[in-house]
Parts: sequence; C-alpha cells; structure tokens
Amino acid sequence: MSERKFKQVGTRPIRHDGLEKVTGRANFGADYSLPGMLQGAVLRSPHAHAKIVSIDTSPALEVEGVKAVISGRDFPIPTREGDRQQYGDVPDLANNVIARDKVLYHGHAVAAVAATTIEAAQRGAEKIRVEYEVLPPVLDIESAIAPDAAILHDDLVCQGPAPVPSSPTNVARRTLLSGGDIEQGFADSDVVVEREFTTPMVHQGYIEPHATVVETLENGNVTIWCCTQGPFAVRGLTASVTGIELSKIKVIPSEIGGGFGGKTTIYLEPLAVELSRRSGRPVKLVMSREEVFRATGPTSAGRVRVKMGARKDGRLVAAEVVMYYEAGAFPGSPVGAGCMCALSAYCFDHFVIDGYDVVTTKPRVAAYRAPGAPIAAFGVEQVVDEVAERLGLDPIELRLLNAVQENDVAPYGPKYQAIGFRETLEEARKHPNYSATLGPNQGRGVASGFWFNAGLQSSASVHMNEDGTAIVTTGNPDIGGSRAAQAIMVAEELGIGAEQVVPLVGDTESAGYTDLTGGSRTAYATGMAIIEASQDIVRQLRERAAKIWGVELDGVAWEDGRAVPSNGAASDVEPLNLAEIAAQMGATGGPIVAQAAVSPPMAGPGFATHLCDVEVDQETGKVTVLRYTTVQDAGKAVHPSYVEGQMQGGAAQGIGWALNEEYIFDENGVVENPGFLDYRMPVASDLPMIDTVIVEVANPLHPYGVRGVGETPIVPPLACVANAVAAATGKRFTDLPISPPRVLAAIDGD
Amino acid sequence: MARMHVETTINGESAEFLCQPGESLLDALRNELNLTGTKEGCNTGDCGACSVMLDGRLVPSCMVLAPEVEGRSVGTIEGVAQGDELHPLQQKFLEHAALQCGICTPGFIVAAKALLEKNPDPTEEEARYWLAGNLCRCTGYDKIIRAVLDTAAEMNGTNGAATNGAAG
Ligand code: FES
Ligand code: FES
Repeated sequence: MSERKFKQVGTRPIRHDGLEKVTGRANFGADYSLPGMLQGAVLRSPHAHAKIVSIDTSPALEVEGVKAVISGRDFPIPTREGDRQQYGDVPDLANNVIARDKVLYHGHAVAAVAATTIEAAQRGAEKIRVEYEVLPPVLDIESAIAPDAAILHDDLVCQGPAPVPSSPTNVARRTLLSGGDIEQGFADSDVVVEREFTTPMVHQGYIEPHATVVETLENGNVTIWCCTQGPFAVRGLTASVTGIELSKIKVIPSEIGGGFGGKTTIYLEPLAVELSRRSGRPVKLVMSREEVFRATGPTSAGRVRVKMGARKDGRLVAAEVVMYYEAGAFPGSPVGAGCMCALSAYCFDHFVIDGYDVVTTKPRVAAYRAPGAPIAAFGVEQVVDEVAERLGLDPIELRLLNAVQENDVAPYGPKYQAIGFRETLEEARKHPNYSATLGPNQGRGVASGFWFNAGLQSSASVHMNEDGTAIVTTGNPDIGGSRAAQAIMVAEELGIGAEQVVPLVGDTESAGYTDLTGGSRTAYATGMAIIEASQDIVRQLRERAAKIWGVELDGVAWEDGRAVPSNGAASDVEPLNLAEIAAQMGATGGPIVAQAAVSPPMAGPGFATHLCDVEVDQETGKVTVLRYTTVQDAGKAVHPSYVEGQMQGGAAQGIGWALNEEYIFDENGVVENPGFLDYRMPVASDLPMIDTVIVEVANPLHPYGVRGVGETPIVPPLACVANAVAAATGKRFTDLPISPPRVLAAIDGD
Repeated sequence: MARMHVETTINGESAEFLCQPGESLLDALRNELNLTGTKEGCNTGDCGACSVMLDGRLVPSCMVLAPEVEGRSVGTIEGVAQGDELHPLQQKFLEHAALQCGICTPGFIVAAKALLEKNPDPTEEEARYWLAGNLCRCTGYDKIIRAVLDTAAEMNGTNGAATNGAAG
C-alpha cells in the first residue's frame, strides 16, 4: 500500500521496446509479409442506406491476378445463439464487418477481393456488380427519433425502463439513473442553470491504419497477424463471424500504432480469413486512411441537456441530464457509460440521468478513450462553471464544496473507497497556471473529469533465467509503455533492476487469456496478476535457498534481491542473490516459473482536474491554447513518464475535439473530410507544453495502489477549453467544435 | 505493366529495385526494399509518418514517385543510427519517453534530424512549426518537443531546457 517503500515503482527506466521503435525495426500491423502473399481490397457501399438486391462477384474473377472474391453471403448467417457476448452483439458485429442484406453507412464493406497485386485487387473490386435499392439516410438524432423516420433495423426493439418507444424504432436502449426527488431539488435551489449541448462525431485518429495478414493451413488452422488492443477478442470475434472453431485460430498481435479504443473490435480479419481460405494463399488487407475514417471508429455525436440547481452557499442540490448519443449503424453507443460518469464527481441529493442510444446511417461507433464520458462532461462541467459564475464563486471552490469523497455513493451505485478528486482540485488551485496573469481576449477555464476504470480478466506468467534475470509474458499489446510498467512490477517484487526483466507480449497460444488493453485496466488488472506471479517466484526462490541452507522456509527472508537468513535460522550463512539461486535451479528442484490470473470485479476510479488558458483572436475567431495543466490521481504512478504521457495525450485529443475535429457529412451521408488535411487533429504548433501534476491517493484495490490512468485525461478538456473561451469572450459555446466561424459569429453577434 | 528499374543510393549504399511507374517511394521502400521503418499513416502527405530525406531535403515519401529517386540519395530511419551507436535524437526520445505507440517515431526522428541539421539551436516555437507536418496522436507533443530541444542543447554543449507553458 501507500506506506510501502518502493525501489522500482516510480522510477523512469528506458522502455524495453524503445530501441526497436526509434530505429524503425519494430513491426507494426502493415509491416508483415509472407511468401506467396496476396493483397486484398474491399468494395464499400456508395450509399448510406440501401438494400442489397443482388451481388455478382463473378466479373472480378475474370481480372488477371484475382484469386478470390467474397461477399457477405459467403459468411454463415450470424445468430445470437451461443455467441460470445463479452465483446458485444455478434450478429451486429458480423453485419458491420461485411453487409449481408443491407448497407447502413457510406463505406460499409460489401465485398472483398484478393489478388497478386493491390492494383489487380482494386480492379477486381471495381468490376463487382451490386444492385442497390436506395433508402433514405438517417443522419442525425432528430430525424432518427422522428415518428416518420426511416427505420434501420426492422427487428430492433428498444430496451430499458418504460416509457420507451415501441417498435419499429431507431432508439435501441434507454438508461435511467435517479435518486431523491428532482422536482423538490429544483424547488430548493436558489439558482438553476439549464442548457443544451451538442458534440459531433469524432475519430480516435490513431496514426496506424488497420492492417492484417492471414494464413490458413491445409488442416484449417488459421494464423492472424494484426494490430489490435485485444488478440483474444480478435480470436473470439473472428471465430464467431467465420464459424471457424476458436481453437483453430491463433492471433499474433503486432506492435500497435495507437488505438484509443478503436482497435478493440474487428473489421478486416474475417475478410482476410475467408479470402485466404478460398485462395489457399496468405492474404494481407490494409486500410487506407480514407477507409479508416469512413468505416472504423468513430465515437458518437451527442446531444446533452443539463439542468442544475444550487443553493446560494454553493451547494449543488439537483441535476437532470438527458443525453442522446448516436451509435451509428448498429446499437451500442457509449451512452450507458456517459450516464455512469455524468454526475459522478459531485454529490447531488436529487438527480435524474436519462440516456438514449440512437442508431443512424453513419459508421458504427467504437470505443474511444473513456467512451461517453467527455460528451457528458462537456455539458455538465460547463453548467457547473456557470453555476459558480452566477453565485460569484471561484470555480475550483465550488467544485471543492461539492466534490465526492470516500464513502460517498456514485449515481450508478457503488460507494467510493479512497479517491483523490479533492486533491486534484487543491493541486490545480496551487498550480502557477491558476494564477498566471491573463491579457486582453484571454480567459481561463477549469474542468474536472471522472472515469470508473475497468478490471476484467488478466493473466501473467513469469519465469526465471539461469542468470537471475526474468521474463514476464502477458496477452496485452503494449500501446503506450505497458511493457516498461510490467517489468518494473516484476523488478519491484524480485528486488532487481527493471532492465533485468524482459517483458513480452504473447500471442493467443503463448499467453494465458487476457482481456484487451483498454479501459485503463492493463497496469491495474494485468499488473495485479504480474505482482501475484512475481510474489510466487519470490516464494520459490526462498524455498530454494532454504533447501541449500537446510532450513525451513520461514528461516529465509527476501530482501533486495537476495535470500537472507531470518528468524535466527542459519545466521552463519552468506546471503544468496538471485543469480546464485537461479544458477542452481536444476539441482534444487528444476525451473522456477509462476503464473497468476485475476478477475477483479471493479477498479479504483480516476479523477482529474484540468486548467486551460486561451486567447481568442478577434479578427479570425481562432482560439489559441496558451497554457494547459492536467492534474490527475494515478493512485500510484508505476512509470511516471508514461503516466504523464497519458495525461498529455488525452488532453491533446480533447483539445482537438473541443476546437477542430468533426465529421462533416453531406446530405447523402457521405463523409466530406475523410483525411488528415480536412479532419484537423492538433499538430505540434497548435499546442503549448502540457503541464502534469500526478496526485497519488492509493487505490485500496491494488497492491501498489495503482489506478488506471489512460482514459480520465480526455474527460475534462472539452469543457475546460469551452469554459476558457467563455471566460475570454463572455459567450457560452454549447456546440463543438469551437471553430473560428462559430467564434466569429458569436463575437460579431455583439 | 512493365516494371521500371531504378538505381539509387539509400542510407549511403547503392541500391536498385523494380517498381511500377506510378508507385510511391514509400511503397518501394517498404515493399520492394523491405525497409519497413518508414511508416504509412495517410498516403496523402498529411501525417509525416513516411518522412525521409531526399538529397538532403525532408520529404514525405508517399508524395514522391519511386522512379524519381533514380541517381539520387535517400535517407531513411534505418540509416539514422551509426553502427551500434544511436543518434542523439534516438537516445533522447528514449530518455524523455517521447513515444507511446511509436508509429510516428521514425518520421519524427527523421524530421527532427533535418531540423537540427538546418537549425542547430531551434526555439520551442521553431521546433513546433518545423514538426507541424508530423502527426502524433498519443503524446500531445510535449515530450517530443522536449526531446528535440534537449538533443539540440546537448549537441551544442549548452544546457537549454524547454520552456514551461505555465511559466509564460
Ligand atoms: S503517409 Fe506520407 S504523409 Fe502520411
Ligand atoms: S506515439 Fe503514437 S502516434 Fe506518436
């Protein structure tokens, strides 16, 4: 726990996979090739919403070099019977991977071709004849929930507490959380602020496009190389979609060039499997950036109405939050998580949180860093800011007055154990950013954020080498330095240096089952398994020393990487270091190996408070971020540099979401900006240094006190930037992005 | 279509390859020469993951036709370290944890090396504008900029440190 004196945890060793990555040696998804490999191309729907009347793939086969062609009808009819629900609804997933009867967004995969060259595959794809019956697109929440809306899924039945729309409907689910008496709460309030907010669809924006190579063997075994956050998820989902037995599929994760949640599902893998099966050759499929934008990710567009009441003394009393999130083509927006997070940072005696999952003819959303939470926080944290303003209170003061702490109950049920939210507020208030002088047209924003963090299933194995070094293997792809953190944990337990531990990412046949790298769970849950396995190793090392010394186990203690006599036993012997014990493994009982598995039902939540200073150009409406500071409770930072990196990266993504990023659809549902030129993510010259303050309030659920840190940092920035712009301009911006035309229109409205 | 034969210099060594006339330098490096350290993020010149040097000039290799490098000199990430010695930028990227996923890293190192060759003592702002053609979605750029400025300071024997946003 927090009182423990750490030797390795909290240090900043150079990451173990760093050398490969700074020299260009590391192999990412598109870097694999096999002899005789074919290249694949995917034919995608030109319509946002249409019935597939017929598909004729035969003309593609006439193109020279084309070896296999498939369409949705070449896959088994997906059923809900016996599917693997832990990754979501398999029929929806299968229909998203390749359309069978209906296309539901522009760019929806319809057919795929494998050929000896990429050009031949593309020419083949162009030759495929598809007859469509075009249906009206459904492009926003209003038209999706309108009584006369075109219905995407005839069999969709709305789930959740009444009243919910009866079928047919585009509303897939309602989530309702409530407590107290909301009407009474507003009646008891001295001020009530109510506003409606909208956020557009945005993409995770990982720099590496999706890529996979698949080889099938004569016995039906399949090997998949791909860039993924979860090789076991790829295996399970690909088995479900293709109908191949799970045990015949092996998934080897490549290095992964970013994911942010977007690489937790599958797109290309079943297509490559089927093309490889039919051609008898390895097949490679790589998405273009345009395909990534049109057919993967993004996260929901949202509409959030927030009504909040407070007393004159600054006590928040009541809040009502109504949220509609677009799921894209299939149910599954993160509105449920949005509901869980919306009001979880403050104590409200009276609250209603009402969320709706709405399907539209747009790409199917995928997880994006703290899914659902930033959209909710964009509304809630601006209204909190406005309440403070109306009461003449400092925004940090108001938050401190209402911040949840240990033993408070979150709106979604659990009682908080030790949390560091107040500490983040206090650190933010002390930070020089909070007192820096502001010039004309400049403003300062504050916002906080909450993410519950995930636990899920993890396993790890540790084994000793004869020279006293150790190897740790897990099934979690390293997306941002997790290998280094894992090595540190082994080193901490064994009492050696982190550089004496080799951390490995296993494949689905060499690592035990582990849920994906995501949900801020890897350092937490996989870390627990690693620590447990390492402690088992230490016990075995003590056993070996006891054997060598001829004493009982309790006569040996483990200190600083050495076995030392304890309890007065064998006090005349010299301590044995790890290398000495390891060298005698063979004579003292054989190899020293250990494994552990965990499945923590919950994790310690993460809280953050951000500060942002902006300047608004009165001529152009451009918002420049002058200073940005993130303060976050990490529980215990295992490798502080990578914790800071998560905080800075999340803040930068959030700043992009606040100021620039959005999917722009035309009236037919075609994305008009499917490239990095027009989908404008922050570049180095758009941002200042991003200051970080790590708060450490130990998470009682983890042996070192670790909390997940990856997701919370993207929760506050949308509102933080908006609050800063409001301070600089005197105008509230309720619609994202806060782009120059919107800012100019608001300023000129004076 | 007949493939073209191209003779060029890559990382100081003569090299030859066959390519389609319309093939990009990026594809030729990756697919014909197996130099996969140069990455593709967009293929439209907007992300910098494919940055290489062409006759001493920084270019996105996805925007260069492979046959154009005939008789010219190409520098890629694979040629940045000398023997078993990392370039100071590579070392500083490791020390500053200036990479998370690492897909952007080769491009950033090639681009930053070009910056320091042209401007050995850049300001933070100069570094940020020079590297504005390289996208990184993971780091928020902070540690990358620090690594670049620290490299410059070390190579110049000075002790420059990146300015802190909050001190402004
Ligand atoms: S791949 Fe060349 S700039 Fe993006
Ligand atoms: S480290 Fe992932 S894109 Fe830069």
